Amino acid sequence: MVKLKNYNVVLKHFVLLLTFTSLISCAEKKYTVTRIEGKQIAITAQNSEQTQIENFIKPYRDRIDKDLSLVLSNAPETLDKSGEWQTPMGNFLSDITFEKSNVIFQLREKKSIDICLLNHGGIRTIISKGDVTARNAYEIMPFENSAFVIGLKEEQIMEMVNYIITEKKPHPLKGLTFTIDKDNQPKNILVDGKALHSNKIYYVVTSDYLVNGGDNMLFFKKGVEKYDLDYKLRNIIIDYFKENKVITANKDIRISKEP
Amino acid sequence: MKRRDFIQKTAVSSAFLGLGGLSLSSFNTLNTKHLTVLHTNDVHSYIDPFPANHPRNPNMGGVARRAALIESIRKENPNVLLLDAGDIFQGTPYFNYYGGELEFKLMSMMQYDLATIGNHDFDNGIDGLFTQLPNAGFEFVSANYDFKNTIMNGHVKPYKIIDKNGIKVGVFGLGIGLDGLVDKKNYKETVYNDPLTVAKDMSRILKHEKKCDLVICLSHLGYQYKNEPDKICDTKLATLTQDIDLIIGGHTHTFLDKPTVIKNALGNDVLVNQVGCYGINLGRIDFYFEDTKSVTSKGKSIVV
Repeated sequence: MVKLKNYNVVLKHFVLLLTFTSLISCAEKKYTVTRIEGKQIAITAQNSEQTQIENFIKPYRDRIDKDLSLVLSNAPETLDKSGEWQTPMGNFLSDITFEKSNVIFQLREKKSIDICLLNHGGIRTIISKGDVTARNAYEIMPFENSAFVIGLKEEQIMEMVNYIITEKKPHPLKGLTFTIDKDNQPKNILVDGKALHSNKIYYVVTSDYLVNGGDNMLFFKKGVEKYDLDYKLRNIIIDYFKENKVITANKDIRISKEP
Repeated sequence: MKRRDFIQKTAVSSAFLGLGGLSLSSFNTLNTKHLTVLHTNDVHSYIDPFPANHPRNPNMGGVARRAALIESIRKENPNVLLLDAGDIFQGTPYFNYYGGELEFKLMSMMQYDLATIGNHDFDNGIDGLFTQLPNAGFEFVSANYDFKNTIMNGHVKPYKIIDKNGIKVGVFGLGIGLDGLVDKKNYKETVYNDPLTVAKDMSRILKHEKKCDLVICLSHLGYQYKNEPDKICDTKLATLTQDIDLIIGGHTHTFLDKPTVIKNALGNDVLVNQVGCYGINLGRIDFYFEDTKSVTSKGKSIVV
């Protein structure tokens, strides 16, 4: 027994010694990169699925599917996000946001919306040709943003025009039209086909994200009136899908550029 | 009593045997080591593959497939570092319904090591991010967001040093400017510090003070901004710093044909990579190391 105990001690020391030597050697060791190989692996239907993960996702998916898979409408053509100054998706979203918000604004405030301006980056996906579901609305507008109406003076409308020209992005725009001339200056600035007036307040429907300075649309912060429509942008899309069996984008030119 | 002694002894000697076995196997490969860095960015709550009729990405992506792919790579080389460059949240109803719970749980199942924080990870407010932390079996790094005066205080480290089979890897995170991008009511008192200054500090600390063999920057700054040449981005960061070996980026949803190789401030090569978005691709960078003392040739070969 005693002998065995001693053996144990020796053993323990030996283990300690080994640990220390390997620790010391690790601490001293430095490694140098001699070769790097980099690539990207596409994840496609060729990849097998891990069953454990798939089974884990299923109950989460089933609950959502029950709500969102119902076909609400149909798009005869794909509405995409491509275009230099306006896009099919941008025209569609600004038109329906204008239209549906205006109904509420007229009822509640007895005033009419003049312009709708949203942000191009806020359109998260396109509407593919074929069946349209509530799921599409979630994918287009996943954010929990809602519609706000801001009253702007002529100077802020000018700031808006200059912002759009400087940013060079096809932000969704309805109600305001203008031309960019050869020197990159705006001309023919019209709201509902009429020239700007210095004594008029222009009611612009947009999202709370942009009202709070999102995408640096700082002209919204200079608004003289502000109304929360308490209507989520996503619900505007879902309501429109429910009421319109065919989804198409208007193709009218809102911003034109002189060559 | 005797029985207990016996059990103790057996335990000790088998531990010894185990250790002996371990050291033997590591001694075998002491001079060359292989680390595989796998990465994603801007997955945006895309958990299911795109439908077969999607005009842009038909049948692409899907977490269950990504998990199987990662598992097969781990079988090939167990020294895997799995990273995400932010914007885990927002983009499908999974986020609207469950607030990021499923995203974090699945990343934990796939054994992600680290992630950085993207602007959309604030979409349910900083409180929404905090609420989901118990579902994340991985950690967050961000060196230029100061969370001191927020609920996230203490839950995000500037960097983490991970030992992978004797290779010391330092990973630090960088986040994009929040003002004008994220609603102030969502990011609250999070302070954004200049990423370039922070990156210079971090890479010096990790490479020289902490003596890391490899320094990785996990960035949500964006790959490049052609309309805003002065804006800080991953390619600029690569040029203006030293001591970073790899920048894994996000935010701009940039699809690259292959990782970009850029010369840093000292004229050494830095790899910058980003793999688009929505879990359509997995980035893979393999690093082969040799014991510094036995390295004969100068420089390294980069195959991209």
